[in-house]
Amino acid sequence: MATRTERVALPPIEQSWLARLFDWKPFLVFICMLPALGLLLVFLTYPLGLGIWLGFTDTRIGRPGEWIGLENYISLLEDRTYLTAVWWTFFYTLVATIGKFVLGLWLALLLNHHLPFKSFLRAIILIPWIVPTVLSAIAFWWIYDPQFSIISYILVDRLGLLDQYIDFLGDAWNARWSLIAANVWRGIPFVAICLLAGLQTISPSLYEAAMIDGATPWQRFWHITLPMLMPILAVVLTFSVIFTFTDFQLVYAITRGGPANSTHLMATLAFQRAIPGGQLGEGAAIAVSMIPFLVFATVFSYFALARRKWQQGGKDD
Amino acid sequence: MTESAATAPAPAYYAERSGVIEWTSLPRRVVTIYVPLACFVVILLFPFYWMAITTFKSNEELYDYKNFNPFWVSSPTLANINKLLFETDYPSWLVTTMTVAVVSTFLSIFASVLAAYAIQRLRFKGSQWVGLAIYLAYLVPPSILFIPLATMVFQLGLFDSPMALILTYPTFLIPFCTWLLIGYFKSIPYELEECALIDGATRLQILWKITLPLAVPGLISAGIFAFTLSWNEFIYALAFIQSAEKKTVPVAVLTQLVEGDVYHWGSLMAGALLGSIPVALFYSFFVEYYVSSLTGAVKE
Repeated sequence: MATRTERVALPPIEQSWLARLFDWKPFLVFICMLPALGLLLVFLTYPLGLGIWLGFTDTRIGRPGEWIGLENYISLLEDRTYLTAVWWTFFYTLVATIGKFVLGLWLALLLNHHLPFKSFLRAIILIPWIVPTVLSAIAFWWIYDPQFSIISYILVDRLGLLDQYIDFLGDAWNARWSLIAANVWRGIPFVAICLLAGLQTISPSLYEAAMIDGATPWQRFWHITLPMLMPILAVVLTFSVIFTFTDFQLVYAITRGGPANSTHLMATLAFQRAIPGGQLGEGAAIAVSMIPFLVFATVFSYFALARRKWQQGGKDD
Repeated sequence: MTESAATAPAPAYYAERSGVIEWTSLPRRVVTIYVPLACFVVILLFPFYWMAITTFKSNEELYDYKNFNPFWVSSPTLANINKLLFETDYPSWLVTTMTVAVVSTFLSIFASVLAAYAIQRLRFKGSQWVGLAIYLAYLVPPSILFIPLATMVFQLGLFDSPMALILTYPTFLIPFCTWLLIGYFKSIPYELEECALIDGATRLQILWKITLPLAVPGLISAGIFAFTLSWNEFIYALAFIQSAEKKTVPVAVLTQLVEGDVYHWGSLMAGALLGSIPVALFYSFFVEYYVSSLTGAVKE
């Protein structure tokens, strides 16, 4: 207390004009927002607009393009490779997301039990999500090798379930399922750890009340766990759907779109046409054609989420 | 929901709950919990085990499942690692990746701290709209930005330079870090700042001497997350860097270690293993921060 009175007694220090400028709120807000907004406007908003513009031009690498209107999009509509890529992107997103959420929710429910070494388990389960995707994809590439695949070895030589080695990446459908498996493998930890955090906030008294009323484990899951988990589930789902839909690394690392372009996602096809192929305009058009779905997914989840908040009596912040 | 509030009560709930629900018998528990859990752990970790074991195998052992048990190494060798470190540009790839990750992390944290402070504490008109815009920026994936960014990088003369990566990585780091830090700043009591204001501190002094020291856990979370995200980044590094010695580890392992149709699985796996170890080590020191920032960010 003594120190404080002493400080008050001191004559007010004459502040320089600089110090006063930094205490003037509008200026301070401007200075604080400048680095973040500057970087984002220059390297995110501007390229987003530039990308949409490029989609309407015939730009190639090293040659500025001219406005050609919808020509890129019209030619894409007749491009079988592109149409396959669109179909496969939706299929990949749908199946991989379902796989990730079913298995991830199961893992989260398992981890929510009283277990020894719980935090250690949680730590090692996150490893697939921490390690760079491309590097684990390379491990999958080796696991899917046609001659030396360890999965084929176990199925054929150890268990005798099959009589010949599986050609994982040589056949279109085998390659597709292999990619989905790798994507689900990488997505499970993220989903499980996020949902586990959601599970831990559910009050145990709800389960006690349900058990007194004679609810079966399935009823407890369906009528308590799932509705209570919905808000966090919706957020994780949005993220997962958006990042699976625009996935690039896994497919590029494992199949590079092969065999015969059957596993090109829209993102890998855009890269293929734009950077090695040099057709920046066409690549940009492919990338831009992903935007409507992304906007739809975001808006959909925003409204689904807002509704839930309101239902639970929470306020929108 | 702030971070500390989210994790702190969890153990208490959990201890209470375990008393209620877990009255099932031990054999039943083994079948319904431990067996599936063990399967999950084995499947989730197997690719890394396989990566590690392949790294230390010699070539004759690698391609011979008849005479050697593929699940074990009978005569471990360092030949693959040796080849990687001394016959390729691997050390320079590591240095590039590390430099890019560290610089872009610091740049993003600096920008995010200021932005989060302005949005959460200075509360200017329309601050929640700016916050929402930054959140939406995180949902813009690199896959739709890399083509226009590539043309920009060309025009700015940054093509094939690590500078291109340092400047573009913040586009996905800043939204994430800002979002995380807004949550942390929210949990710091306003009263502390008011006291400092009454004592005559300037706004920047308050940020530097009061808010930041209290937000250190948040800064660590944001920092390690940003570091991991930049270490993992692939598409920008693939599109903007051309010369072999300037590539980042994930890109270089995939593009430089594959020679034609011959895959040297030993050195490929060694490259993947050595590229994973720095992040894995980093992760092992900060597990709790990862878990809390992951779950905290989702709840925000």
